[in-house]
This record gives sequence, structure tokens and C-alpha cells, in this order.
Amino acid sequence: MSAPSTTPRSAVANSVWPRLEPLLPQIAKPIQYVGGELGAVVKDWDTAAVRWALMYPDAYEVGLPNQGVQILYEVLNEQPDVLAERTYAVWPDLERLMRTHQVPQFTIDAHRPVRDFDVFGISFATELGYTNLLTAIDLAGIPLLAADRSDADPVVVAGGHAAFNPEPIAAFVDAAVLGDGEEAVLEITTIVREWKAEGSPGGRDELLLRLARTESVYVPRFYDVDYLPDGRIQRVVPNRPDVPFRVHKRTTMDLDAWPYPKKPLVPLAETVHERYAVEIFRGCTRGCRFCQAGMITRPVRERSITTVGQMVREGLEFSGFHEVGLLSLSSADHSEIGDMCSGLAQQYEGTNVSLSLPSTRVDAFNIDLAQELARNGRRTGLTFAPEGGSERIRKVINKMVSKEDLIRTVVTAYTNGWRQVKLYFMCGLPTETDEDVLEIAAMAHEVIRAGRAATGSRDIRCTVSIGGFVPKPHTPFQWAAMARPEVIDNRLRLLKQAVNADRSLGRAIGFRYHDGEPSLIEGLLSRGDRRVSAVIRRVWENGGRFDGWSEHFSYQRWVEAAAEVLPDFGVDLDWYTTRERDELEVLPWDHLDSGLDKDWLWQDWQDALGEYEQDDCRWTPCFDCGVCPAMDTEIQIGPTGRKLLPLTPVNGLRVPSDAKQ
Amino acid sequence: MAYSQGFTPHPKISYASAAPTGVASEAEYLEIGLRESVDPAALRAALDAALSPGLDVLDAVVATGGSLVDRIEAAHWRIELPEVDPDVLRAAVAAFTAAGEVFVERMTKQGRRTFDARAAVIDINVIMSDETPSEAVAVPCAILELVVRQVTPAVRPDDVLSGLRVVADLEPPVSPRVTRLAQGMLTAQGAIADPLDAGRDGAVIGGR
Ligand code: B12
Ligand code: SF4
Repeated sequence: MSAPSTTPRSAVANSVWPRLEPLLPQIAKPIQYVGGELGAVVKDWDTAAVRWALMYPDAYEVGLPNQGVQILYEVLNEQPDVLAERTYAVWPDLERLMRTHQVPQFTIDAHRPVRDFDVFGISFATELGYTNLLTAIDLAGIPLLAADRSDADPVVVAGGHAAFNPEPIAAFVDAAVLGDGEEAVLEITTIVREWKAEGSPGGRDELLLRLARTESVYVPRFYDVDYLPDGRIQRVVPNRPDVPFRVHKRTTMDLDAWPYPKKPLVPLAETVHERYAVEIFRGCTRGCRFCQAGMITRPVRERSITTVGQMVREGLEFSGFHEVGLLSLSSADHSEIGDMCSGLAQQYEGTNVSLSLPSTRVDAFNIDLAQELARNGRRTGLTFAPEGGSERIRKVINKMVSKEDLIRTVVTAYTNGWRQVKLYFMCGLPTETDEDVLEIAAMAHEVIRAGRAATGSRDIRCTVSIGGFVPKPHTPFQWAAMARPEVIDNRLRLLKQAVNADRSLGRAIGFRYHDGEPSLIEGLLSRGDRRVSAVIRRVWENGGRFDGWSEHFSYQRWVEAAAEVLPDFGVDLDWYTTRERDELEVLPWDHLDSGLDKDWLWQDWQDALGEYEQDDCRWTPCFDCGVCPAMDTEIQIGPTGRKLLPLTPVNGLRVPSDAKQ
Repeated sequence: MAYSQGFTPHPKISYASAAPTGVASEAEYLEIGLRESVDPAALRAALDAALSPGLDVLDAVVATGGSLVDRIEAAHWRIELPEVDPDVLRAAVAAFTAAGEVFVERMTKQGRRTFDARAAVIDINVIMSDETPSEAVAVPCAILELVVRQVTPAVRPDDVLSGLRVVADLEPPVSPRVTRLAQGMLTAQGAIADPLDAGRDGAVIGGR
């Protein structure tokens, strides 16, 4: 038998693989630590001038599909002298063994120790990854506190949405980047490359200073925070000359020039999403007042229909995925969403390729879109997010959806063959009363009643899903008080009773909610300041891991840790969460510039309390939120008027030319 | 790739006696259904390119009548036992071979089961090896080779190791390294024949 030669794992000098491999049979799902996925890249260590380890601080199954990391991984690896590898959070079973056998945090690409890299970049979509950051740093053998690190340690950089207030992790990270990463990572790379080429003058301190001077990399150690006797912040000021007073967010303009990921990673183990996701635009100016993502990613920048078409074609060809996710903060708002969906549906008719729109606003959804999405016979779930139960509360949060619109749209979905829709709401919003929440029950009842009438069938269902509201930095609700967990839990109990008050309708309605407790901790972490790092550390030392997972999250552990460490600072958990801030309070993130004008945000907060709505600047005149002039950016939207052309189907086998490097 | 019919179509793929998790293998076999005929060599190359390093597709043949499962009667395993004295292992193997039945326990999907690990073992030998095992380590290492008949419930290498524990208290200090070397039809001589041989050149193609 003449078998083709096998491709052994390339011998990597600094690989921990020989020590890791014997541990793998002893743990759950070892495949997640093996690496070598289609799309993965392994480069030569010695010839790389700058080496990045990129982390999504959650398990492989959640982290691998993450777009942010995939994009940065590809952008960096396209540079000939740059090497980027990925690492994810290891589960406690492996963590235990790694500690016993002294295996450090490793990348899954070439199983290199994270500490060997120049830069360790972590992507925070949510604050719930903070304890996992500590595990990774500690397993890597990097000192937990940034202040204790030496020139032998990588520069630990946080990015992603949560990095817009990195103060709670300021003690653990060396730097943070606000906003889009495509250009930021290249700029950081250039600085590191030059500094290394010069022989690393001035050591770590000099490198961090050079990064800080860009005005778009925040280096917490160069800023001092002073507090007032009552615990509020007095001021945050640079403690070095030529370090900027404010650090500005990055915005990638012209998304057509950045068509990433081109080579999506194809996971080896099961993951939360197995699809090729294409961002069809960034930013959102709908102005939902609770939505940090919408506020911090302004202005809207669309990717053109033709670039999306090309990315889908090449991405599917490369990866073999059968699902395409058209991603954005509100996908139906793309100026050419109709043509895009019908064009793609036509191109892939008769194949196994299905389309999904993960974030779809209820008022923009229409029959055509529903039809296009169902064209291949597959009906992926539909989620509508009215967010607030009553018309009044929807004015407060600026989610301009009328009950009539909602019912009409959901009924459209039912008559087009959907049997099940999901309605998403929040509980604990500013000014919310029991009545606002109880209206959710009335709405759900009406949805089922109207759906039954329109379809003549009793076989329709809706799921009411409720999340706890968490006030976020850089939003008009950054001053708001959170509701106490008891208040939220009581409202949810009343709501459940109201839903089931009508037995017939209630049976068709599923009810899913998170209790108020985890939200309170998210609230602590999202609006926390540097003092909160002591809480995070204590929780981690007491075993806190994987806080995004309800089976691992322990409210008790957080409450206890807060009670242990915060009183020394004269504050407590309530002070950070259920306390309303006043206009003049210095907020922990005031020196971090998202472009939004603080006066405008305050005005929008007052408008919220006055139940006054705000339009969308895409379709109405600019309302001076401040972002475009501050960041020198502009709205970039279509329509381009172009259409997607039919595809000539590619048949036969395909050997990805550069699948392996 | 061909897909099953239905609401959520699945690719047509089936594995024949896949190796347990955490076990190396040089001989795994699977059957896939395709929408159209392709050149097996090109298929092999395409699949191989899509898999990670270390997962290598060595060969592909067109399926002839009969399922793959029917062509897998036995598997040949090698078990490396670092820090185990070969003489101790030899004694344990002798006790195992001498026993008529060796009952072991394992958790299966159906719960805890007790079954005989002896009868399915056709051949069990401690082999002499001058070379050091996989990753060169300077500790003594005993090596066991096994040929096990495919039965239900499957008798796996860890079951045989459990059997050695039962008959001779053999307790490997570090986790054994297990590799499947081959699987296929049992020849009259007790050797294992490649299950793909039936589909290779000269064999009748199609006929379904
Ligand atoms: C797909 C998705 C998911 C998926 C997949 C998550 C994944 N593995 O990536 C799933 C369903 C699992 C999910 C879950 C959750 N999600 Co989600 N999700 C999204 C969604 C729709 C897209 C995310 C995305 O891919 N964006 C595009 C990428 C390119 O952007 P990015 O990751 O931010 O990366 C860019 C920059 O931030 C930066 N960057 C990122 N990392 C780094 C690192 C460094 C070092 C640097 C320099 C730069 C940098 O560069 C990148 C390129 O420019 C967004 C909405 C949206 N459109 O953003 C919500 C969103 C991110 N999710 C959100 C939330 C709240 C959650 C959950 C906490 C929900 C929950 N309560 O359970 C969980 C948390 C999951 C977890 N444990 O991490 C919120 C974030 C909250 C906020 N900041 O206001 C968002 C914004 C939705 C919203 N409007 O509320 N989510
Ligand atoms: S500055 Fe004006 S145009 Fe730009 S995002 Fe704000 S409101 Fe819209």
C-alpha cells in the first residue's frame, strides 16, 4: 500500500505539546485544545519580528466563532514579519492538571507559551470574562499585576466593547484599545517592531510610553485617580508629561477596504455558531439608550452589497460552511438589505446554504425578507426585541416600536410559516414600574391571539425571554440607578402569573428569564472603577471562573468579595450599582473618549426621563451626538444601486491551496 | 457531500468503530455519501487538506457492496506503558492469558456494565523494543500489543488494562499511550487485512 506521507505536527521549538498531550486523555473535550483548524496559521517563530497571542476569554466553543479575534488574527498574520496565534480559556479540569504538571497557558495554533509572545491581546465583548483573564495571565506565568511585570513579560492589551471602561481591570492590563481593532493592532505592531529593532531602549516603560503617546492606546499606569472623601472620583490625570489627557477610540472607515475574515476558522469541536458571519455594517444610530454597542460604534458604516456578495462567495468556498450570518447591530437597517437577501438567496438556491440575520429590528422586518430567508426551506429562529413592555417605557429607552407594528410583524412571520418566534425584553429599566413589565403579558397574549386568528391554527408559539438591564458606560443611562435584584425577581414573578392567567394562551407562551442577581454583578463590573479590581481578584482567588456560565457563576462569591474589600475604600456594592449619579460626578471613564459629547449624553438622559424620543441621524438631520466631528468620521451608507449577479456554481472537489502553512 | 432528506439535512457520513477519545490511531475508517462520482485520489487530497495536521487522509476507495462495519472484524493496538517494568507486564499478561474469563467494569451510555475482556483478545504480547517510545523519554517503558475482536460491547484497550489490574494488580503510574495500528478483516492466519482492499482496483465497482 503506497500511502501518501503523513503531515506530522511541525516541530516547534518552544511548544508545550509534548507536556500537554499526556494530559488530554484525562479531560473533557480534548479536541478543543488541539488547534490546526482550517484557516489556522502557524508561522516560523524566529523570523517573526512581532508576535501576538490573541485571546477570547471564554471556552473554545464560545471563543472560536468570535469575529473580532478572527479578524485581528488574519490582519496580523497577513503581515510577513508578524505572527499571531490564538488562545482560549481552559476549563477547570485542564487548569488543575496544568498547574500540577506546570504546563503554562498556551496558544492552540503551535502550543507556544503565552508568556513568550510580545503582545497578549484579549477581546472583551463582556465584562464576565474578567476572571478568566486572571486565570490566563496566572497560568501563563505572567505576574497578575501589571506593576509587577518585567521586560520578559508580554504587553497585556485589552480590546473589545468592555474595554471602553477598562478601569476595573486596569491593575491587570498594561494597555487598552477603544474601538475598532484593524488599524490599531497594526499601529501597535509598528511601535513594537521599531522599539525591538532599536534594541528595546528604556525597557517596558518606554514601550508603554510610546504606545500611550499615540493617544489611542490607554495605558492605565500613566494616569492617577484621586478620590473625594465620599468615595466619588475627584479627578483622573496623567502622571507623565506628553501623555494625553484623553484617549480616543479608533474607527475603521470604509469597510469595503477591510473585507475580513476572508479565511474564516472552521472549528474542530462543536461551537455556539458554525457559520460564516459577515458584518454588513458597523455602528448603529437607532439610539436605543441602553445599548452601549450602538453608542460606541458610531457612525454607521455600511459594507456594500457587492463586497458582501464577494465575501460570502469566497468565505463559503474557503470554509465549506452552510450557513451565512449577515451580522450587524440591526441587520434589516442596511440600505440594500432586500437586494442583498434576495440576491444571496438566488445565488444559493438549490444548495444547502441558508441565510440568517442575527439582529433584526421588529419594525424593519417585512414579508419579503422573511420569504427570502426561508427560501431554502430552512426557517432559522426569529427573534424580535421590543425590549420594553409598555409604550411608555419604550419611549424612555428610545425603542420606537408600536404594539400594533409588533403584532403585525409577528403575525406576518406566522402566516409565512413560522410556528415559533422569540420576543426579547428587558427588566429593571430606569423609571420602570410593575405595570410596564406586566404589559409584556398582554402583548404576548395578543401575539398568540392574532397569530391563531391569522393562521387558523393553534399550533403557534412564542417565547418571552427577559434579560436584566445593566447600565453601561458611554450611554445616556450611565447615570442611572439599577433596580435591586429583589425588585426584578418580584416583577418577573408577577409577569409569569399574568402570562399564565389565561390558561389557553399561556400554554402557547414560553417564559425564559435570568434572575436579577447576575445583572447586578455585571453592573458592578461595567461601571466600576479601579477599586473594583480588588473585588475581581478576590473572586478569582476564591475560585471564580467562567462567570458568563450560569453553572459556574456564583452571586454569593461576588457579594462576599465585595463586602470584604470595598469597605476599605468607603464604598460598597450598592454604591456602584443601585446609586444614581448626578450630572457633575466624574465618571471612571470620562478620560476615555468614545466621541460622544458628555453634554449630549446628559441631555439624552433627561429626554429619556421626559419620555422624549430621538430620531436616527441616518435618515434625519444630525443631532450633534458629537462623534463625527470629534472622530473626524462620517456616515457611510448606500444604496449603491448595484445588484448581486447569479453565480456559476462551482462543483467538484476543492483543495484549499493555502489551507496549511 | 450528499445530505439526508428532511427538515435539517445531515451530511451522509458514518464512522466504523471509531477509536475512543484520547487514543491515537493510525487506522480509522469512515464512509461518506457523495452527490456525484469523483476521483478517489482527488477526494483524498481535498479531505486531507481540510483537516488539521496530524489528521491525515491516507486513502479513499469507491465503496463496493456491503457496509464498512462488516469489514471490520478486529483491531490491532499498541499500548505504551511508561515506567512499567517489562517483566512485571509479562507476568500480568501471562496471568491474563491463562484466565478463561476476566470481568471488567466500565461506564457506557447505558450505565455501568460488567463484561468479559478476555474472550475478545485474540493475541496479546509484550514486545521487545530497542527504540524508545514516541517522545524520547529516558524511563523504562513496557510495550504491549493486542489484537482484539470487534464485539458488543466493544472491548477497548483500557478494558484490557482493567483486566490486567484485575488479574495482576497492574497499576500503570502514568497514563498509558494507546495507538490503534490497524483494523479490518481477520485472515485465516490471524492477520488483519485492510478493509479497503475490497474496493481497490480490480474489485467490482458499483453493483448496488
Ligand atoms: C454574534 C454575537 C454573539 C454570539 C457570538 C459571540 C462570539 N463568540 O463572538 C453569542 C450568541 C455567543 C453572543 C453571546 C453574548 N453576547 Co453577543 N453579540 C454578538 C454580536 C451580534 C456580534 C459580535 C461581533 O462579532 N461583532 C463584530 C466584531 C468584529 O466586533 P468586535 O468583536 O467588537 O471586535 C472589534 C473591536 O472591538 C476590536 N477588538 C476586539 N477585540 C480586541 C482585542 C484587542 C487586543 C484589540 C486591540 C481590539 C479588539 O477589533 C475588532 C475589529 O474591529 C454583537 C453585536 C454586534 N454587532 O457587535 C453582540 C454583542 C457583542 N453581545 C452582547 C452581549 C451582551 C452578549 C452576552 C453577554 C449575552 C448574554 N447576556 O448572555 C453573551 C456573552 C457571550 C460570552 N460569554 O462571551 C452585547 C455586548 C454588550 C455591550 N457591550 O453593550 C452585544 C454588543 C449585543 C448588544 N447590542 O447588546 N453574542
Ligand atoms: S455626529 Fe451626527 S451624524 Fe454623526 S453619529 Fe452623531 S448624530 Fe449621527
